[in-house]
Amino acid sequence: MQITVTVNGVQHAHDVEPRTLLVDHLRTGLGLTGTHIGCDTTSCGACTVLLDGRPVKSCTVFAVQADGRQVRTVEGLKGPDGLHPVQAAFKEHHGLQCGFCTSGMMLVGAALLAENPDPDEDEVRWALSGNLCRCTGYVNIVKAVRAAGATLRGEATTDPAAGDDVNAGESAVPGTPAATPVPVAGD
Amino acid sequence: MHPAAFAYSAPGTLDEALRSLHELGDDGRVLAGGQSLIPMMKLRLAEPGHLVDINGIAELAGVHAEDGYLRIGALARHADVAASPVVRAANPTVWTAAQWVADPLVRNRGTVCGSVAHCDPEGDWNSVMLAVGATVVARSAGGGERLIPHREFVVDYFTNALETGEMVTEIRVPSSTGPAGGTYLKLERKVGDYATVGVAVHLVLALDGRIGRAGIALTAVSPRNLAVPEAEQLLVGAEPGPELFAQAADVAARSCSPDSDVRGPADYKRAVVAAYTRRALDAALAQARAAA
Repeated sequence: MQITVTVNGVQHAHDVEPRTLLVDHLRTGLGLTGTHIGCDTTSCGACTVLLDGRPVKSCTVFAVQADGRQVRTVEGLKGPDGLHPVQAAFKEHHGLQCGFCTSGMMLVGAALLAENPDPDEDEVRWALSGNLCRCTGYVNIVKAVRAAGATLRGEATTDPAAGDDVNAGESAVPGTPAATPVPVAGD
Repeated sequence: MHPAAFAYSAPGTLDEALRSLHELGDDGRVLAGGQSLIPMMKLRLAEPGHLVDINGIAELAGVHAEDGYLRIGALARHADVAASPVVRAANPTVWTAAQWVADPLVRNRGTVCGSVAHCDPEGDWNSVMLAVGATVVARSAGGGERLIPHREFVVDYFTNALETGEMVTEIRVPSSTGPAGGTYLKLERKVGDYATVGVAVHLVLALDGRIGRAGIALTAVSPRNLAVPEAEQLLVGAEPGPELFAQAADVAARSCSPDSDVRGPADYKRAVVAAYTRRALDAALAQARAAA
């Protein structure tokens, strides 16, 4: 079946089988291997892409469903002026270790900041709760997303209040029903 | 993992979709959010011959409050419902549950109607719809709307009351006839997990402050989402209060039949049903009184 998908601003026309998953089309059809396949069961979020601006798990969307629509992958985060603020903040705040979950984390972070430029810690954790990281304990990921928000708002890139306390992330999530169990271990 | 091969079409109108489903018969299957269907196809638990993708049918989108109902269209995503001020104002049980379904990314794709039609006994939405007394609207080619009371819609484990060629186009949640309140309490091990236990409660107060209508339904403690009519009957017409709520909670805990599994032993789940039913009734009453 013939489909045309705009990926990172570029139109790509391809012939795909209806059963081709979007993640496989991106990785194999278009060679965009920054989108990872983790669990392949809609759990981990490593395959997160933005479909018309909303983060989705691309292992659970057929490529034919993206026909005529906009997809943004991690390769499309960088702008003409260099790294996206979320990418720069993940680098600055060491928001990754092995890097496998990172493209998904950054895309969710970018989508959150597009909607809410100044999320508090609970809102960041809530937004990231469908994406699993098995290395970091999330603390620096959360810190990076909030720092990227500060950059996008034109504030200082380092938040002195965040400090160096890697365990600063411990909190309940009042008012938010399904709080992710907050990891205790730092990185 | 790859699903078995299938044919695919993406009609632009509901009439076209219904015609396709009629022609395809048992071979056809509706694809909406796909967040349960696609994983099942990848595991080859489902192998539909032809998917009719309804995502391009604009008339199925959205949530509206009109004609005495909260009308949830077949393409309303969990995230749409969770973010909707219309839903929040119309029915707190529905609104609360939307925050608890799956994880934020799955909520961006998955639909309320799809989840209801899927009839996974551990899904959250069918408990909510039992508690609020919803009606499922089904359409088929050449036919009008068929209104199915939700209590007749869930036939069994993964089995709904739709006929071949029919699809769910909307779910209607009746507007409350008096001061109302409700909530959905869900115990889950982590975000995105199935419920260990879920309890949906919806109360409407009568003019004299007694309970005019009560809905209680349980998730993941029975082979299907379980309404608790004995507890509801106990409540209706009675003066609300802690003793009555404790009795209703006890009835709910005794009506279910949880299994011991990785999410916990049966006795524990039963105890959670009792505690959550009591807490949910307290919360519902407080809301209803605030609205009075």
